[in-house]
Order: sequence, then structure tokens, then C-alpha cells
Amino acid sequence: MTQQQATELQTFAARIRLETVKEVGIRGFGHIGGALSIVDLLAVLYGAVMRIDPKNPGWLQRDKLVVSKGHAGPSVYATLGLKGYFPMDWLKTLNQPGTHLPSHCDMKLTPGIDMTTGSLGQGTSAAIGLALAQRMDGNGARTYLITGDGELDEGQCWEAAMFAPHHDLPNLTWFVDYNRKQLDGDTDNILPQLDIGAKFEAFGWHVQTIDGNDVIEIHEAIDAAHREEEKPSCIVMNTKKGAGIPCIEEIDLNHHIVLEGDILEKALECTKSVLQKLEGGQTV
Amino acid sequence: MIIYDGTKDSEAYKTLFGRVMEEICAEDPDVVYLDADIMNSIGTLAFHKRNPKQAIDVGIAEANMMGIAAGLSAGGKKPYVHTFGPFATRRSFDQSFLSIAYAGNSVRIFGSDPGVTAAFNGGTHMPFEDLALMRAVPEATVMEISDGAMFEAVLHAIKDREGLTYLRCGRKNYPTVYSKDHSFTIGKGEVLREGSDITVIAIGLMVGEAMKAAQMLEQEGISLRVVDMFTVKPLDTELVLRCAKETKAILTSENHNVIGGLGDAVASVLLESGSCIPFKKHGVYDRFGSVGPQDYLQEHYGLTAEVITENVKALLAKK
Repeated sequence: MTQQQATELQTFAARIRLETVKEVGIRGFGHIGGALSIVDLLAVLYGAVMRIDPKNPGWLQRDKLVVSKGHAGPSVYATLGLKGYFPMDWLKTLNQPGTHLPSHCDMKLTPGIDMTTGSLGQGTSAAIGLALAQRMDGNGARTYLITGDGELDEGQCWEAAMFAPHHDLPNLTWFVDYNRKQLDGDTDNILPQLDIGAKFEAFGWHVQTIDGNDVIEIHEAIDAAHREEEKPSCIVMNTKKGAGIPCIEEIDLNHHIVLEGDILEKALECTKSVLQKLEGGQTV
Repeated sequence: MIIYDGTKDSEAYKTLFGRVMEEICAEDPDVVYLDADIMNSIGTLAFHKRNPKQAIDVGIAEANMMGIAAGLSAGGKKPYVHTFGPFATRRSFDQSFLSIAYAGNSVRIFGSDPGVTAAFNGGTHMPFEDLALMRAVPEATVMEISDGAMFEAVLHAIKDREGLTYLRCGRKNYPTVYSKDHSFTIGKGEVLREGSDITVIAIGLMVGEAMKAAQMLEQEGISLRVVDMFTVKPLDTELVLRCAKETKAILTSENHNVIGGLGDAVASVLLESGSCIPFKKHGVYDRFGSVGPQDYLQEHYGLTAEVITENVKALLAKK
């Protein structure tokens, strides 16, 4: 990847962060921590990887994304809005009555959402179903899946993890957002995930572990996953919950926070500043 | 055409299911059948070995199976899933509710061995609550199969049906009710026998028992109408109200808890219409399942033609 491409993806990520903060800030509260930790991945997927047509969200041959950690909706919506799936005005309606953008991802309401999620763990199996359907169609399309790390507490994830390698699904890539926090605190204190990559390797997956807030590492890992022709891929992404916005990163319990007043101002200033630097050609 | 004479279907439903599922998959390459390690019990293992791409054994992982089915639907495919009734419903309920129904996906779920037909698998495998659970899923279609001709017709008819469809059916054979060419409409009950004194609205296993009861009561001069309400949801309310008006007494009969099943569905229609006719729910009265031969269990829970006749007489005494 060239430096210019990397800067473009970083800029896209900065725009997603800014729109996410504005979107949640209008309501004044929301699931922002885990929405921010996957922003760099969303920027790479939608900026450089996925075969999609925002003007035709139902295109049958498209790549698909299942955000199994459905509470990350706000950053996914910001990404989809920026890509042109729907008017940017919609981002002002998060969780408002009659909105197209509910707290958790809903394929019936939002153009560009490929699977309804919110009951944790369930998106893993659905992603397998989508990948199987793509294989039946033989159109070369791929399915991408994002789960949290706390989400791996759900047993269904491991049912899905057993299934995919046995059923020849190299078109499936599973990203684990290893931000080391869940709603009640640190995953290490609630249910330690230990070596996630080793677990997936034992289940028969092609595994990579990367810095999940670095667009270059994400892009390279996806390239490597695409080169893998037999196994499904798992990319364990070490991330920060609240990534990219220090005043949110430093909040201990930042799964769902009140985002108004001073903290909203600081978050907006921070994201605008990063975006301005990137647009001005500086590195961040 | 109604051809009931008490003789059982010649083909066991587990054989029928394997045969028909393979036919449907051959006709439509978008159909995928999933099972959770019960293929050898439902007659589909040979089909799976012939066509593992369209007949997928997910392993003992019902939650994963429902989710995969949801994803297949979202990817444009037409999944059918099967496992025993309790695992097809209560074990994987949230997956069916959210990933399938709430998400707007279309999946056909077959839960086998309803109620006492689970027999020697015992109480752990004996769903008396599956209809109640699935009725509570918004927009779901919920059916119970009463003979082989119906099973075959319904399996074909639901292939392109939208939303979550749940059907329960035994693996062994019930008495034949319908001719092979009988045409069914989902959401419309079947009047199997005209009668003027009282209507028994039955489903599944209890359809044959109700027909037997009608013959017994005929000897005593009681004219029993028998309705097979094979679609429990959406319920044929028009037929319920017509029977209420014409026979002025209704007994429901089901191989299921009286809480949440057919009886409650019919009762709601009657009460909300202002009907005050004699009415009773016959079924399993809020008890867990238990183990034993099916005929023993039918006696144990009172799911017999004899108990239907007793209930009919008690209701007629109130007219």
C-alpha cells in the first residue's frame, strides 16, 4: 500500500469518527466505545476492499459484512452514509422514533446492512450462511464478520467457529475486535479470552494477529486472508475501546456513555483536529 | 378428498420426509436442508451422502443451525431445517426469533416428534410448548401435520413462503385422512366431517382421535363435526366462528399443553367475537412430558378418542 493510499484510508477513518461522534452526540448517549474501536477496519473494508455498489445495496454479487457486535451500529451507519448508501441527514436520527438507524444493526431498516444483529453471537452463524450462499452461487463474493472479544463469551460463536473450517469457506473472514473491555469492565476480569488466535488455530482457521487500529496492518492482513485458498480466516485485532479519541479511550467503563457537554466538545475537537491534519497532508 | 377409515398411512413420515426433501432439492437448486445430527432418525442420511451441498449436517448445534439458515436466506437461498421439536423451538428460540423472524428472513423449521409421539425419548424430548413458543413469534406461520398427504403437500407449499414457518409432525405414521391429490390452503382449516351438535377442532395426532370419537358418538346419536385446523397461525377465524354459530359448542383437542396452543387461539377468537357457547380445551393440562410407549402416554395424558367423547358429552350437557 502506498503512503497516499494509507493517508486516504486514515482520512476516511477520521471522517467516520467525526460523523459517529456527531451522530451519537445528538441523542447524547450511546454505544460509542465499541463503535470507535472498529472504525479503522470499517474504513479499510469500505474504502479499499469490499465489492459493493452503494447505489444498489441489494446487488446479489456484492461482498457482505455482518457486524455481529450490533451495538457498533453508529460507526457502521456513519460509514454507510459517507459511502452514499443513504442521505447524511439520516445520521441525525439515530434512535429517534421512526428512524432508519436503530441502536443495533437492522437489515430491514438500513440500506447497506447485510444482517440484523444485536443478540450477541448470532451474527457468526448468519455470516456462515451468507458465505455458504455465496459459494453456492459461485460468484467469488466474500463475507466479512466482526465480533467483539466479550462477545466470544457466547457459546454460539464457538459452534460457528467449529463449523466454518470443516465446510470449506475461505471466502469468510472473521475479525475479532480485541479491545479487552466489555460492558461490566475488563474481559480479563470477567471471562478472560486468553489466546484467541490459538483457539481459532485449534479450530482450523487461518489466523493473523494485528494492530486493529492501523489501516496498513488491516489491509495487509485482509490481503493475506484473500490469498488463503482453503481455510476461513480469523484476524485478531488488538484495538482500543474508544480508539482515536483519547477522552473516550480513557473512560474506564466506555461501552455505553453519556456524550454531551464538555466531553462531547472535546471529542468533536479531537476528531476535527485529526481530520484537518490529514486533509492538510500531515501524518497522524 | 377425505378418505379416513382408521387405517394408518403406509409410509412412515420419516421416510416421506427424506423422499420429499430430496425431490424439493432436485427441483430447486436454491433449497438447502440443514439438520443437527438427526438425519439418521428422520430418513435423510442417504440423501445427505448423495448431495452434501444441499443437505448439510450442522452437527449438534441448533443455535448455529438456525443462524446459518438465517444467513442462507439473507443470501437468497431457501433453507429448511429439522431437528426434534424441543431443540427446534425452545433450545434455539432466540436465534429463530431474531436472526430469522425479526430480521425478515424466510426459513422453514420442522420440529419432529411433537408431544407424546416422542415416546421412548421421554420428557426431555417431549414438546408440549413448541406451538406456544412459535405462536408468540410475530408474523410466524405455525402448523401441525395430521397425515402423510398433508405433510408432502405442505413441504412443497412452504418452499417459497416468506417469514418463519414452523411445522410439527410425528416421525411414525398417523391414520390416513386425505387422498394424495387433496389440495390444502395454508391458513384454512379442513372440515373432515359435517356435524350439527358440536365441533371438535383438532390438530395433528388428535385429528385421527377426533374422527374415531365421531364414529363412537354417532352410535349414540350425537352428531360431531370434526375440523382439522392444521394451520394454528394464522388461524382460520372465519371457520371457527362459523362452527360456533352452526353447532353452538366447540371442543379443541391437541397433543400440546392447553396453555398457548390451539385451544387458546380458538378461545381468543370466540371470546373476542362475543361468543358465549359451551367451550373446552382438551390437551395436556400443564404437565411435563414423560417416558413410555405412545399408547401408554396417550392414556396417561388423556389424549384419546374416549376422553374426547367424555368432553363432548360434558359440553353438550351445558347447551
